[in-house]
Amino acid sequence: MDLIAETISHRFDALDVLDGVSFSVGAGEVVAIVGPSGCGKSTLLSILGGLLQPSAGQALLRGAPPPGCLNPLTFVFQDFALLPWASVEDNVAFPLLHTSLSAQQRMTAVADALRRTGLLDFRTAFPKQLSGGMRQRVGIARALVVRPAILLMDEPLSALDSQTRELLMEDFVDLLADGTMGAVYVTHNLEEAVRLADRIVVLSRRPGRIRKVVTVPATRRARGDAATRAQLLDLQSELWALIRTEAIDAEREVQHA
Amino acid sequence: MLDRTPDDSRHVARDADAKPVRFRGGGFTPATSRWAGLLALVAVLGLWQLIGSLALINPLFLPTPLGILRALYRLAESGALWQHLSASLLRILSGWALGTASGIVVGFAIGLWRIARSIGITFVSALFPIPKIAVLPLLILWLGIGEQPKIATIALGVFFSTTISVYSGVDAVPRNLIRMAQSFDVPFPTIVRKVIWPGALPSILAGFRITASVALMLVVSAEMIGAETGIGTFVLQAGNLMQTDQLMAGILMLSLFGLAVGKLISLLEARLLHWR
Repeated sequence: MDLIAETISHRFDALDVLDGVSFSVGAGEVVAIVGPSGCGKSTLLSILGGLLQPSAGQALLRGAPPPGCLNPLTFVFQDFALLPWASVEDNVAFPLLHTSLSAQQRMTAVADALRRTGLLDFRTAFPKQLSGGMRQRVGIARALVVRPAILLMDEPLSALDSQTRELLMEDFVDLLADGTMGAVYVTHNLEEAVRLADRIVVLSRRPGRIRKVVTVPATRRARGDAATRAQLLDLQSELWALIRTEAIDAEREVQHA
Repeated sequence: MLDRTPDDSRHVARDADAKPVRFRGGGFTPATSRWAGLLALVAVLGLWQLIGSLALINPLFLPTPLGILRALYRLAESGALWQHLSASLLRILSGWALGTASGIVVGFAIGLWRIARSIGITFVSALFPIPKIAVLPLLILWLGIGEQPKIATIALGVFFSTTISVYSGVDAVPRNLIRMAQSFDVPFPTIVRKVIWPGALPSILAGFRITASVALMLVVSAEMIGAETGIGTFVLQAGNLMQTDQLMAGILMLSLFGLAVGKLISLLEARLLHWR
């Protein structure tokens, strides 16, 4: 199943946020969206996920969803968006409550998602009892339980410390390895973008337009190697050079707002 | 260079000029001492009893704590206490239940639907500031001189506070949780039941504390205006007859009732909001 952004534009009242953004992401593909603050990355993701109506253009789905898929476009949120009154197990089961799955099928699906994210021993814990990294694992398990076609990840690691971020990036690489799921990965962090993405869409300062689409060399598995890391560092520098001036302008704009 | 000795003691050796850093982080911790409150209460009651026993103040104006307890015992023995207490409890429970149920329905409607919000907030803002006891004569005119106007007065007072706490609670539910549920295509009734209701519950239970006090105040006021039984009637009669020990026994009953309700709500919070 492919997700297509077709000349998406958006404005909030008088503020132009996005201008004619087009790209697509298919099964097994990860597209990172990077750009200066306020360029409309998260707005674009909300539009792609059907949570916001674009002012112009549209988000399209092409092809059949993978077998067993209950929610083709599934978000992983920056702030985890966990129900604080529900246990880990109940949080993961939440998207299944209204589906036609039997209680037994639901339990199996939840156990599988918990196993894949290493949360089986924490199934009865509540979010307040978990670290930030574990909370995001719950968010990921909740996304996996519906067997999505495309994951929409909105800065999923930005609220975490660098060590947890590194560990979760390794987990993402494993989860994406079977090639059935695609992902749109919005991030500020260029290191995350080059580690995880197949293509990186660089947006300009507001209104966000596509400045460049960069293809990342090497497979995701190979990107942990020392030789490839050097190559990725060069790519990271290249991306930073593209964004830096606009990032400075965007920061000043935010401060003066 | 990463090769360092683990003991960096040459930098930590104390010399004559070194002084400990002064601790500046104390205070401002909302902690309570377990016994201080109880000891203070016992001390005040003891002092009060002593003043009464030494006849420093006329018991007509300030009966002793033991005198009040004796009056309470006599009232319980004669059955008058239960008669008044049951009448007040019936009014409070009926009025509170009626006001709470309707307040929850209207509060949720205001919190969830734009039209209900526009209309509801206008009426709530206009009617909430009116002291509800002032409406009692009108309610007597409409409903007669039985139990209904007293129950309706309590229900009105409880309704407005409940409505406000419920729609404030609905407003305070983090929007990211609602967006999360929508992103999974969770239907509206399930979002209300599984996200908005539990999210608004802390505010709703906090509202219960307020409405319990409101109900208590209104029942006493309503009974003082027009009733033959009830704690309010009893307190007023005792005052008129200068039976100060009985008057204070009535006030003690009100205080104990308020404490019991507060404890009940705390238990409810501990059970329903354990996740906080």
